[in-house]
Amino acid sequence: MTDITDLGVAAIRTGVAQGDFSAREVAEGFNANVAAASALNAFIVTTPEKALEAADKVDADRAAGKTLGSMAGVPIGMKDLFATDGVQTTAASHILEGFVPQYESTVSSNLWAAGAGMLGKLNLDQFAMGSSNETSYFGNVISPWKRSGGSNAQMSPGGSSGGSSTAVSARLAPAATGTDTGGSIRQPAAFTGITGIKPTYGRCSRWGVVAFASSLDQAGPMAHDVRDCAIMLGAMAGFDPKDSTSLDLPVPDWEGELNSDLKGKRVGIPREYRMDGTDPEILKSWDDGIAWLKDAGAEVVDVRLPNTKYALPAYYIIAPAEASSNLARYDGVRYGLRDLPEGSGLQDMYAATRAEGFGDEVKRRVLIGTYVLSAGYYDAYYTQAQKIRALVAKDFEDAFQKCDVILAPTTPTASFGLGEKSDDPLAMYLNDVFAVPASLAGLPAMSVPCGVNGEGLPLGLQIIGRAFDEQGVLNAGLAIEERANFTAKPDRWWV
Amino acid sequence: MSVDKQTVAKIASLARIQMGDAELERMVPELNNILNWVEQLGEVDCSGVEPMTAVIPNTLRLRDDVVNADPLTGGDRRDDILANAPAREHGFFGVPKVIE
Repeated sequence: MTDITDLGVAAIRTGVAQGDFSAREVAEGFNANVAAASALNAFIVTTPEKALEAADKVDADRAAGKTLGSMAGVPIGMKDLFATDGVQTTAASHILEGFVPQYESTVSSNLWAAGAGMLGKLNLDQFAMGSSNETSYFGNVISPWKRSGGSNAQMSPGGSSGGSSTAVSARLAPAATGTDTGGSIRQPAAFTGITGIKPTYGRCSRWGVVAFASSLDQAGPMAHDVRDCAIMLGAMAGFDPKDSTSLDLPVPDWEGELNSDLKGKRVGIPREYRMDGTDPEILKSWDDGIAWLKDAGAEVVDVRLPNTKYALPAYYIIAPAEASSNLARYDGVRYGLRDLPEGSGLQDMYAATRAEGFGDEVKRRVLIGTYVLSAGYYDAYYTQAQKIRALVAKDFEDAFQKCDVILAPTTPTASFGLGEKSDDPLAMYLNDVFAVPASLAGLPAMSVPCGVNGEGLPLGLQIIGRAFDEQGVLNAGLAIEERANFTAKPDRWWV
Repeated sequence: MSVDKQTVAKIASLARIQMGDAELERMVPELNNILNWVEQLGEVDCSGVEPMTAVIPNTLRLRDDVVNADPLTGGDRRDDILANAPAREHGFFGVPKVIE
C-alpha cells in the first residue's frame, strides 16, 4: 500500500470518507514524520495529541454516520502566527515566548470545524518579517531541498512561511496555513515546489492572527496541488464580523468550480516583470508557462504595469510603518516578555523589554516605520508611498481591462543557501519584487510549481487575478499544473 | 535624506527600543541603505493621486449596541485577559511605580 503521508488533502479526505484508512492512521503517520524531522526545525511546538484527538472525532463521526467536513481527517500544520487556544503562539519571537492565547483565531477555528487537526505550530520569520526564514528566534528552518551534485549547503525554504513550506514539501503535513503580507505564501511555495494561494484581501479573517502590516496581511493555504489549495481555502475563508476588513461575501465553491479549460480567457504578460538580472532559467520557465496556458485554450496578450519598479520600495515604507504601529503593543505589560532592570521605571521597562524581545530585522523595520511616520517626514515618505500604492493598483485595474489573469514568475531566483543573503537586508527584500505588487493591490495571487532549475531546485509560476476572482487564478493554476508534470521530490536526508 | 547616529538614537527612543552605541552605529548604514533605496519614489509624479488607504472598497460596519453581543470579544473575561500578564495584582496588570 502507498504511504499515507504521500497523499494530499483531497486524497486523505476521500480515503477517510470511504474507509480506506482511518483518520487516526493518517494522524499517526504524519505525527511520526514530524517527530523524525527535527533536523528541519519546521515546528516550534508539536501537538501530536491534538492531531489524534481531531482524528478520533472524525472517525467517531464517520462511524455514527454523520456528515463529514471538507477537511475531515486531514491533519495540518499551523503557522505560529495564528492564535491557538491553550497552545503557545510566538510569531517566532522572543517577546511572545511563552504566550498562551486564551482564544482561537477565526481561520484556525474554521479549519477545526471543517474536520482538520493540528500537528503543531510552524516556524516562520520573526513577526513574518523575512524572506528566508533566518529571522526566527527559534532558529532557521531548513529546506528539505538540496542543490544537485551532492552539495551539502543548507537551503532556504523561503519566508516568512518557511516552516509551512518545509513541512508540506517534506511531507510532515499534507497542507499548512500561511500568511502573505508581501509574498510570504508564494515565495516559500515557489522555493519548495509546492502550491500556495493568497486570496483577495479580506477573504480570510485576520482575527487572532498576529498583525504585521494590517492593510496587507492575508492568510491562505499551502499544499501540494491546486485542488488541495481550493479545498483548504474554502475551509479558511468567510465573513467574520470580528475583523473590520473582512469581506461580507459568500465563499464560492472553488473546488467544485475548478476547470482548466481556458478557452475564451485572456492571459496578460506584463513586460515590466522582465527585469534585468532575472535568472534566465526563471525567464525560460515563464515562457513554458505561456505555452502551457495557450495549450489550455487561453489567448495571450501583452499588458503594461508601468509602476512595477516602485511597488517594492513603496512596500518597504508602508509595511514597516504599519508594523511600527502594530508592534507598539509589545510593552511587557499585558503578555509576553518583561525585562525590568533593577530600579527602573515604566519607560525603561518598555525600552528594555523591546530591546530584549525583538530580533534585528524586527528592530530595523520598527525603526524605519517610526522614522517614515515621524513629523516632517510623513508626507515625503508615507503619503508618497500610499499614492504609489494607488498607482500600482490602478496599473492592475487597467491591465485587467485587457486580460482575465496575469502570468509572471513568483521569484527572480530559485532558493538560495542559508547565510548567502542574510548580511544584506536590501538584497533579501529584492526577492519579493514579483510578489509585492499584487499584495499592494490586495489581489488574489498563487504560486504553482513549474519545474526545477539546473541545480535541481524548484521554480514557481505566479498567477495574479482580479479582486474576488480566486476561481480564475485557481483555474489557470490548474492548467499549468496539468502541463508542468512537476514530480520532483526532495531526498529524505533528514530522517 | 539620510540619518546619522543621533537621529537613529532619537528614532529608537520614539520606538521605545533601548540601543547601545555599537548597535546604533551598526543601524546607521543599514537604515541609510534602505532609505536611499526608497528615495526613488520621489521621482514619480503623483500630483492629483489620492493616497490609498483601503485596498478593497469596504464600508466599516458598526455592531449592534449590545453589551457582550459576541462573548469572544465582549467583557467578563478578566481572568483570560490577565492570564498571560508578566505581573498581575488584585485583578489588574502590575507595572512599576509611575508616580513618585
